[in-house]
Amino acid sequence: MSKAILGKKIGMTQIYTEDGTAIPVTVVNAGPCPVIQQKTRDKDGYNAIQIGYGKAAANKLNKPLKGHFAKADVEPVKYLREIRYDADTALPEVGTVINADVFAEGDRVDVIGTSKGKGFAGAIKRWNFKRGPMSHGSKYHRGVGSQGATDPARVFKNRKMPGRLGNERVTISNLEVVQANPEQNLLLIKGAIPGVNGSLVYIKETSKNS
Amino acid sequence: MNPIQALENANMRKDIPDFRAGDTVQVAVKVVEAGSERIQLYEGVVIRRRGSGLNETFTVRKISNNVGVERIFPLHSPKVAEIKVVRRGKVRRSRLYYLRNLRGKAARIKERR
Repeated sequence: MSKAILGKKIGMTQIYTEDGTAIPVTVVNAGPCPVIQQKTRDKDGYNAIQIGYGKAAANKLNKPLKGHFAKADVEPVKYLREIRYDADTALPEVGTVINADVFAEGDRVDVIGTSKGKGFAGAIKRWNFKRGPMSHGSKYHRGVGSQGATDPARVFKNRKMPGRLGNERVTISNLEVVQANPEQNLLLIKGAIPGVNGSLVYIKETSKNS
Repeated sequence: MNPIQALENANMRKDIPDFRAGDTVQVAVKVVEAGSERIQLYEGVVIRRRGSGLNETFTVRKISNNVGVERIFPLHSPKVAEIKVVRRGKVRRSRLYYLRNLRGKAARIKERR
């Protein structure tokens, strides 16, 4: 678990292969991500590196963060995330920059993002419930239906009900990298990824076995 | 420029002639058959163009063996070898779905000059 990068979802389009197949791709502005801190087993209890992405406005930084960036001698960044490392692999030095070229064409990746918020959604949208007949005298349309038996005299925990939908961490596994363009910091990933355009995404090597 | 637009511009074909709904076009399509590639011509009336940028497609309608046939081509697909405008048509709509209900003489389109 050592290859990962932070990026911003830009949007979707399609590209054609030579044989005329159109591939749907999501364009991600990935990197450059400077390494800001090494976390080691002795000091922090686990091995990881902290990487940053985006440009932070100087007036948005508090003193501790300013010190943190000054110590690593890197430009202040907006987002900080960690990449876990195995105990025996060497950690990249502070100040090295991770670019889109950590991934190559054909690599499989997992993409983690925050899904689009849908607000307060009913059980049909949120839990894929079936709806009732809309006509023919039916008075039951999009309701939740039965909430359980009468005997326990209460509703059991985890009952699927209406509520807030979306705006949560979502991982999409095993997506293919169609193109990596480190000059323009672009990654083209096959298929859709979570979140609105402009949202932060974390792209890492897939955890699935190939 | 917006990276998506830049990417699309880079992948877009520059050899597309200017044509619109109502025009009669001849599309040369690359077909792979039994391992070898050849070119097949498909001629008919453009009944619509939809989408924009790299995702644009157009629909060509023709009557083949007395059966109406419509094919949708992605405008920028490498499968389309060439698009040739045979005749320019004068129409007052951008989507010529009404042609589906018309046959023969009634389905004629005036030439635009």
